[in-house]
This record gives sequence, C-alpha cells and structure tokens, in this order.
Amino acid sequence: MLKFPIYLDNHATTPMDPRVLEAMMPYFTESFGNAASRNHSFGWVAEEGVEKARKQVADLIGATAKEIVFTSGATESNNLAIKGVAEMYAQKGNHIITAATEHKAVLDTCKRLEKHGARVTYLPVQPNGLIDLELLKEAITDKTILVSIMYGNNEIGTVQDIPAIARICKERGVLFHTDATQAVGKIPVNVIADNVDLLSLSAHKMYGPKGVGALYVRRKNPRVQLTAQMDGGGHERGMRSGTLNVPGIVGLGKAAELAARSLTEEMAQHAALRDRLKQKLEAELDEVYINGTMERRLPHNLNMSFAYVEGESLLMGINDIAVSSGSACTSATLEPSYVLKALGAGDDLAHSSIRFGVGRFTTEEEIDYTAAKVIDVVKKLRELSPLYEMVKEGVDLTKVEWSAH
Amino acid sequence: MAYSDKVLDHYNNPRNVGSFDKKDPSVGTGLVGAPECGDVMKLQIKVNPATGIIEDAKFKTFGCGSAIASSSLATEMLKGRTVDEALAIKNTEIVNELSLPPVKIHCSVLAEDAIKAAISDYKQKTQTAAPQSQTA
Repeated sequence: MLKFPIYLDNHATTPMDPRVLEAMMPYFTESFGNAASRNHSFGWVAEEGVEKARKQVADLIGATAKEIVFTSGATESNNLAIKGVAEMYAQKGNHIITAATEHKAVLDTCKRLEKHGARVTYLPVQPNGLIDLELLKEAITDKTILVSIMYGNNEIGTVQDIPAIARICKERGVLFHTDATQAVGKIPVNVIADNVDLLSLSAHKMYGPKGVGALYVRRKNPRVQLTAQMDGGGHERGMRSGTLNVPGIVGLGKAAELAARSLTEEMAQHAALRDRLKQKLEAELDEVYINGTMERRLPHNLNMSFAYVEGESLLMGINDIAVSSGSACTSATLEPSYVLKALGAGDDLAHSSIRFGVGRFTTEEEIDYTAAKVIDVVKKLRELSPLYEMVKEGVDLTKVEWSAH
Repeated sequence: MAYSDKVLDHYNNPRNVGSFDKKDPSVGTGLVGAPECGDVMKLQIKVNPATGIIEDAKFKTFGCGSAIASSSLATEMLKGRTVDEALAIKNTEIVNELSLPPVKIHCSVLAEDAIKAAISDYKQKTQTAAPQSQTA
C-alpha cells in the first residue's frame, strides 16, 4: 500500500531510522548526565555513550576516534574547518580555493573570510559538474593554505575525484577539506584512502537526528590544527566548546554503525531504484536532460530537467510527492539554482529541474507511482507550454528576441 | 507555498488553452517573458472586425502555477470586451481575483503585458492591412 505523500527528498534530510531513535532514548532520561562531569556515574555513562559514538563515526570513515570532533551539524563543521584553518594558518598564507558548486555553508564562509582579507578562488566546474584538476593545480600559490571541495554534490549528486584532489594538495603542502555531508553513509568514504585532512559530515543525512554532525581533523601526516570558533569550556580537545549533545551524538554513532553495516547493499538498492525512475522517465518523455555526469554520481541522486516545463508548476502537479526543484519560483531568493547555472546549461533548464533523492525506505512501488505521475504532469504542462509548441514548429528558441522582465 | 483555491482551480482546469493561427488578420498574438526568467506567456485574441469585440482568447504559458492561473484568468476576462476595454485591464484585478502573494505579483504584470502585446499586434495588423486593401 502506498502512503502519501511519497518522500523522495532524501538530500534535504532523511527520516530517522527507528533503531537510531531506540539507541538515543535512554540518553534523554535516565542517562542524562553531562559527558564532562568527571566525578559521578551520570557523567561517566554519558561519556561512555559519546566515546562509543566517536568510535562508530571514526570507523565509518576510516579515522581514529581522537580525530572526530562533534558539532551541531555539517554547517558548523564547514565553518569550523575553513575559519579554523584560516585563523590558525594566517601566518602561512591567506588564500583558499573552493568551487562554484559548493554548499552555501562553504561559499558563504569563504565570502565572510574575504571581507576579513582572505583571498578566495572559486573554481568553475565543467558541464559534467566536476572541477578541472588542471585548473586546481594552476590556482594553488605559495599563499594557499586550504582547498575545500565537496565530496558529493547536494543538488546534482556528482562525486568529485577526491583522491586526485587530495594528491594535488599533498604535493603542494596545502590542507584539504571536503564537505562529505551527502557522501558519508551513502558511498565508501575513507580518510586514509582518500587522503583528506578535514571532513564534514552530518547525522540527519544518514538516518540520524538533526542538530548533530562531526568534523574529522587529521592528527598525523600532517597534524592539522584549528583555531576554535566557539569559546568556552574547552570541550572536544579545545576545538569546539559547549556541553555535548549526548543523545544526538549517540544517534549519530548508531546511524554511522548502521550505514557501515549496510553500505554495499544499500548502494545497489538505491542505484536500482534511481535507474528504474530514470529509465521510465526517459522512455516516456522526450527532451529530458540529466544534470551532471552519471559516471561519477551518488547512487541515490537523480537530477533531471524537463525542458519547456517550469519546475514549480511541475511540483504543483505532483504535490503528493516530496521533491525539490532548482526553479527560482521555489527558492526564497527568486534565483534559479546556482549549481545548475554553474554547469552552464542555461537558466531555462535550471528552471525546469527536479531533484529526486531515493532513500533507505523508498519502495519500488513508490518509484513506479512517481514515474507515472511525473510523466502525466509533464505531458499536460507541455500541452500548456508555448515553448514546447514553438520547438515543435521548428522555432529555434535561442534566436527569439525575448522580452526579459 | 500555499496556493489560493482559485490558483489551484486555474492550474488544474486551465481555461482556453490552445492557439489560433498567427497569420489570421483577426488574431492578435502577444508573446512575453523569457525562458531564462522562468516565465513565458503566449496570449492570443480573436477579434470580430465589424464590432471590435474580442470573441475568443487562448493562451499557453511556461511558468509557475500563478503564471498559468494569471494567463488563464486573463483569457476569461478578455472575452466579450472590446479591444479598448481590454486595454484597460490592470494587473491588480488579476492579483485580487487570484489572491496572489507579493512574490507572485510579477505573474499578473506579465499577464497584463501579454494582453497589451496581443492587442498591439492585432492593431498593427489591421493598420497595415488597410492600405493593402486600397491598392488591391
């Protein structure tokens, strides 16, 4: 039996796995202690929960427990990594390299640092969504202290060549941070194999609770140092003060353990559902375009543009399915997705895009319903679309003199 | 975003969808907006040359639900009016009728622009058609 609305927005957030909730529950009530309380059992029990979680998170990404700093989420992790490095290594240089398709938590952090005198290079991406490694090499100067490139993109799901980027950074003695929020728990991520120095992750993108995340900070080859951005009691080895969110951290740990256990199986399952949706849509609709390469992509992501149909009107027609659009009309800023614009596909395709994100609890039945519904609504809206009509009449839309407004 | 019942009604049952022959001298066509902006409206009127009354109107719109509803409503408002009466239609009438929120007012402005563009196209056609009939 289908339950409505259908949730296919697993890049925005994921439902919490009931096993995660179960693990968290005792830490709200009977085991409520402050993990920093050293002189009674309430504190010890809480600390034990936290340290177990630290190990679980470390294991998922191939790190050691001491390299995990708990935060309030990936936004804070990104802020701490970038601002913390900029401040700590200010003597060495003031240049940071990132990419145009990063999450706002990285871009806006860099913009703030620019106001304080940092120099930031925003690398463009190729039409496939990946950065050009040659451009990265050229961008590095002796003032460069940090490269921050995301692992898997939150809109188009493209997976950057992280080991190759890390290698370039190593060769030039530059620290490398990756925002792996969308990748951790979804594809194999290993800080040793990938050779990253700093890595941000979040619990609620992998069936854990909201409001908790972590930053991996490498302790060996090199030992990365950060200037804390939150002052206080010196928690988390002085890198992030504030009483630990014990239930949240326990939840993150459990989510990491579950992800590690079922990663291979879930990747195959996600890819099968995603590909099923893609095939059905492509079989029934002409002029649909995949945004970003399919070659290197998160298995649960599909980002498609339905040419000549505006995204918000499509969402309105499929209102029993929860997805996101790159259309300006669905964003607070009235600007179409900057990620899709960065691919150079043209604003019109950005306005026509839908992001589908399958998850642990997505069923084949839901995918079939979604495909049928999207096909139906796109066809209806194309009947309504003057652009579709013009194209069918043989008009070249790029040659039309539009009255921009 | 929550849509008003009227926007939903026009979205689900758009009125007067379709196209007239652009070359028909009694037809005026307005095409406004731009794909990059996420809104393009094509609005057409069919005028009785003897009475100057708009007898039929049709639209096609690429845009959000409010843009579709605005142009659908515009075609309803146009029918039965003279060309000059149609010129007096203001976007605020569309805003009020559809209860559009502030961020969607541009949709009603575009619909007003489409009406004006269609009428201007019609008028241009009748003006250029007149001298031709004299020489014929």
